[in-house]
Amino acid sequence: MIFETIHGLSKKLAAKELSAFEATKAYLNRIETVDKKVRAFITVSHEDALKAAVEADKRLSDGDRVTPLTGVPVAVKDIFCTSGIRTTCASKILENFVPPFDATVVKRLKDAGAVILGKNNMDEFAMGSSTENSAFFPTSNPWSLDRVPGGSSGGSAAAVAAGECAASVGTDTGGSIRQPAGCCGVVGLKPTYGRVSRFGMIAFASSLDQAGPITRDVTDSAIILNAISGRDDLDSTSLKEDKPDFTAGLASGVRGLRIGIPKEYFIEGMDPEVEAAVRAAIDELKKQGAQIVDITLPHTEYAVSVYYLVATAEASSNLARFDGVKYGLRTESEGNLLDMYKRTRDAGFGPEVKRRIMLGTYSLSSGYYDAYYKKASQVRTLITNDFDAAFKSCDVIATPTAPTAAFKRGEKVKDPLTMYLSDIFTISCNLAGIPGLSIPCGLTKDGLPIGLQLLGRRLDEATLLKAAFAYEQATGWHKKRPQI
Amino acid sequence: MAITKNDVLHAADLARLALTAEETETYTIQLQRIIGHVEKLSSVDTAGIEPSWSDGSKNQSLRDDKATSSLSNETALKNAPQKEHGCFKVPQIIE
Repeated sequence: MIFETIHGLSKKLAAKELSAFEATKAYLNRIETVDKKVRAFITVSHEDALKAAVEADKRLSDGDRVTPLTGVPVAVKDIFCTSGIRTTCASKILENFVPPFDATVVKRLKDAGAVILGKNNMDEFAMGSSTENSAFFPTSNPWSLDRVPGGSSGGSAAAVAAGECAASVGTDTGGSIRQPAGCCGVVGLKPTYGRVSRFGMIAFASSLDQAGPITRDVTDSAIILNAISGRDDLDSTSLKEDKPDFTAGLASGVRGLRIGIPKEYFIEGMDPEVEAAVRAAIDELKKQGAQIVDITLPHTEYAVSVYYLVATAEASSNLARFDGVKYGLRTESEGNLLDMYKRTRDAGFGPEVKRRIMLGTYSLSSGYYDAYYKKASQVRTLITNDFDAAFKSCDVIATPTAPTAAFKRGEKVKDPLTMYLSDIFTISCNLAGIPGLSIPCGLTKDGLPIGLQLLGRRLDEATLLKAAFAYEQATGWHKKRPQI
Repeated sequence: MAITKNDVLHAADLARLALTAEETETYTIQLQRIIGHVEKLSSVDTAGIEPSWSDGSKNQSLRDDKATSSLSNETALKNAPQKEHGCFKVPQIIE
C-alpha cells in the first residue's frame, strides 16, 4: 500500500477497502522503519496526522466535501509554515520556530482533506542542490544511500521515492523540485510563476520561488496542482486567471504536438547514459505522433550567472528579517542592538546561506549594482525572449533534467561553483516564469534514476502534463522502486 | 573585478554578519571565483534591453485598503526571544 498513488489510494478509501486512519498508520510505520536510513523528515507530526485521519474518515463516511485527496497522507517541505508544528527551513536560526498560521499551500491541502504526516528535510533556506546544506542532517537517496537525493527539496523527493508518504509538496527557485525528482525517480512539477500562492512559504528569491507537487505519477501531480493552485489574496503575485481541471486532458495524447529540442541543452560533459535515455524518451514521443523540432535558446550559457546574481540579491533582502527580535534564534551579546544582530545571524545561518547573503549584498552594493544586478536582470529579459521565440515553433521543450544522475555525498559540497552548475538545465525556467516538469525516463547501469525535463508556455501546465502522461503510460519507468 | 578582503568585510557589515577571520578568508576566495564566473555577462549586448525585475507577467495587484483581523498581541509575541509589557524587547539602541 505504501507505494500506492494518490488516485489509487483514493479509490481504496472510497471503496472502504482501507480507512484514512489505517493508511496514515501504515505511512507512520514506514517512516519509523526506513527514515533512520533515508532521513527525509525533520519533523513527523504523529498526533496531528492521526487526528486529521480520524476527521478524514468522518468526511469519507458522511460523503462530506470528499476530494481525491481526502484521507491521503502527504508531507510538505519544511519551508511551509504549519500552524502549531515546528517549521525550521532546515536552519538553526528557525530551529524552534512554531508558526501561528498555515501557509496557503498547507491550508488548501488540509481543506481538501489531506493528512499532513510531517515536514521534509531540505537545503537550508532552499539553497543547494543536494540537501547536504540542511543544518540538521543530510538526506540519503533511497536508490543508493551514499548518494544525494538532489535538492533543495531532497527530503520531499526521497520520502516519495521511499514510500514514506503518498506525495509531497516542494518549492523550486532554480530547479529545487525538478532536480531532486529526477535524482529520486519521481515526478516533480514547477508550475507557472504565480500559479500557487507563496503566502506562508519562507521566502528565498521572491521573483523565482514557486511551490509544486512531487508525486509518484503524472495523474497525482495534476491532483495536487488542482488542490493547491489558484488566486490567493494573501499573495499579491498570485495569478487571477481561472485554473483548469489539470486532470481533465491527461489522456488526450501527443499526436501533432510539436516538441522542441534546444541544441544548447545537449552539451559536452553530459553523462552519455543521461543523453541516451533522454534521446530515447524523445523517440518514444515521436513514435506516438509528436513532431520533433530543432530549436535554439541562445542565451542559455548565461542562465547560471544571471540566476546566482538575481537569486542572491533577492535572498540578501529577504533574509534580513532574521535578526533575533521577533522569532527564531537570538545570540545574546554584551554590546548594542547592532552587535546582537550580527552575532545572531553569524551563529544562526550556515555557510551556504551566508555565502549567498554576502554575494547578494555585494552585487547590490553601491558601485556594483549596474555591473551585476541590473546587468543580470537585463540578460534575464533576453532569456525570457528566447523562450517566447522558441514557443512560436514548438509547444513543449524537452531536455535532460540534470547533466548527471545523483552524485555521491561530499562530492561537490566543498566547491560551490561546481554545485551551482548542477542546476544548469533547470534554472532558465524560473528566470522566465514558465512551468517545467521532470519525469523518470530510465536508470543508469548503476541503477540510478534519470529525469526527462519538459518545459511549457506560461499557464500551459496542461500540455506538459498531457505529454508526460503519454510518455509515462507507454514506458512505466515511474513504477520502478528502490530496494531499501 | 578582484574582490578584496575589505570588500568582503564591507559586505558583511552591510549584511549584519559578524564573520570570523577564517570565514572572511574563505568567502574572499569563494566570492572571487563566483564573481569571476559571472563576469561573462559583461560580454552580452544589453543596450536598450529593459531589465526583468520579476517574471514579466504584470500580475501584481493591490488589495483594498481595509482593516481586517490579525494575530493577537499574545500570539504575535509567542516566538519572541525576549518580550516585556506586550512588546518585543531588544538591547539598548541609543547610548
